[in-house]
Amino acid sequence: MITVENLTKSFQGVSALNGVTLDVEAGTVLGVVGPSGAGKSTLARCVALLERPDSGAIRVDGTDITSLDGSALRAARRQIGVVPQGDSLLRQRTAAGNIALPLESAGVPGPQRRTRVGELLDLVGLTDKAAAYPDQLSGGQRQRIAVARALAANPSVLLADEPTSALDPETTGSVLTVLDRARAELGVTVLVVTHDMNVVRKICDDVAVLEQGRVVEHGKVLDLVGNPVSRTSSALLPAVDLNPINESSYDRVADVVLVGFAAVGALLPEAAHRFGVELNIVGGGLTRLGETPVARFRLGLNGERSDSALEWIGEAGGAVQRSLKGPQGVAA
Amino acid sequence: MRSATPWSDVITYLVEATGETLYMVGVSTVIATVLGVPVGVWLQLTAKGGLRPNTAVHRVLSFVTDLGRSMPFIVLLVALTSVTRLIVGGSIGSTAVIVPLAVGAIPFVGRLVQNILSEVHVTVVEAAITTGASTLKIVRSVLIRESLPALINAIGVTVIALIGYSAMAGVIGGGGLGDLAIREGYQRFNDRILWSTVAWLAVLTTVIQLGFTRAARAFDRRRHASV
Ligand SMILES: Nc1ncnc2c1ncn2[C@@H]1O[C@H](COP(=O)(O)OP(=O)(O)O)[C@@H](O)[C@H]1O
Ligand SMILES: [Mg+2]
Repeated sequence: MITVENLTKSFQGVSALNGVTLDVEAGTVLGVVGPSGAGKSTLARCVALLERPDSGAIRVDGTDITSLDGSALRAARRQIGVVPQGDSLLRQRTAAGNIALPLESAGVPGPQRRTRVGELLDLVGLTDKAAAYPDQLSGGQRQRIAVARALAANPSVLLADEPTSALDPETTGSVLTVLDRARAELGVTVLVVTHDMNVVRKICDDVAVLEQGRVVEHGKVLDLVGNPVSRTSSALLPAVDLNPINESSYDRVADVVLVGFAAVGALLPEAAHRFGVELNIVGGGLTRLGETPVARFRLGLNGERSDSALEWIGEAGGAVQRSLKGPQGVAA
Repeated sequence: MRSATPWSDVITYLVEATGETLYMVGVSTVIATVLGVPVGVWLQLTAKGGLRPNTAVHRVLSFVTDLGRSMPFIVLLVALTSVTRLIVGGSIGSTAVIVPLAVGAIPFVGRLVQNILSEVHVTVVEAAITTGASTLKIVRSVLIRESLPALINAIGVTVIALIGYSAMAGVIGGGGLGDLAIREGYQRFNDRILWSTVAWLAVLTTVIQLGFTRAARAFDRRRHASV
């Protein structure tokens, strides 16, 4: 749906994007993460058609949008809903009036406009705030109105730059729910820029890690978490604290990532049972990526067939990350 | 030693002069607003970071605006005599004062308006851009509507400034409150007229200022909106 090819952009000779290539499949949510100054906003602004890249292409539904002008540019902008970074609502308009703005730009007549605004207020759960002005809304409510506005003209793509950065964790949840509904109920393709890994955990199918204007990692979140050396995995999964005292009493110590209900629930007891080993969780924990439970555990095993048990866990779908304590480490 | 002018006469003088002042200031404010707001919009559109940045146009426009603003009004009043005659068919009287007042106020309004429009946050403007809105739509629905309270206050400031300028109207026989204070009051040593006019001017400008502040607040939906 969105394809970014070899995008470059520099400001006064300072490079902000350095050959960025990405794609977002239709109806999925891509999270663009990375440290401050990595070029996330610049990328978002290029896709939002607020900034023209120096070179490269941005295709939305196959059409390159980087070189449009005039009315073609305005039409393309209507295809891309944008939730800008920071406060962006008109303070002199009601919530409903703000949501209506893109519809006015698109020349939608009054009665249809009101119907559509009603639908969007419902989508973001703020029907009772239709007549409220932005200064009467909380930060989370304002952000939901901004999402509703971005969705008003039925765009195929929704772009959000740090939609939750100014919000507390609770309010963040309500904004993420709205973004998730946009994808689920409207089939919109979402690109969300964030430095908050919780956003990735909760709503992203894919993730792209940007560093110094380059994509250093890009793929499905559930694939990347199973890869022990991926940045996504170390950022998203629970930390496995070192606990040498605990670990010294085991023949084998290994880290394992388990993805999905079946793996998380059943794999470890099954391994212990099959191979007749003692298997304990000595570190790590459980998290949730979207609807999928994902665990990273540090396991301590005792028993002759510990290596076989670990091998079996790997074959059964768990990602055994590393054996911290191999055969040579076993005390004589 | 003359006896003081009777109060009834003072009031007659004040009423007549107030009418002249309001006429001169009112009409020139309307003209200055109608022509000055577009100048301000144009200044802001062409400014760096504006919707249609154009350094060359912006420089020329800024230069002309600042030149107009720095021109002493009394000079404008006499320098524009021939233009005034062309437009209003005469070069003396209240109507004739309107031309230099309006001409002097256009750049004044233009600069005020530009400063006000530049205060609209860039994120808000960009959000509107991303909706596919045309430049005209953004000017109307975002720049002007978002700054309406400040713009109304700016018109109030302009009215007060024009009341000040109109005091020099007497030079070309325009009459008005300033003229009354100077000619009947000061030059004829008529303290009663002089101080009554001063007091009345204070009341008048305060009321006008208050009116504009109220109107601005009525249009402002920020903070204590009434819903
Ligand atoms: N308009 C601009 N003018 C100059 N430099 C800019 C501008 N926008 C971004 N940059 C620079 O580009 C780099 C990337 O910035 P940005 O895209 O905002 O990063 P992020 O959103 O990941 O924090 C930074 O070094 C920043 O200073
Ligand atoms: Mg940013």
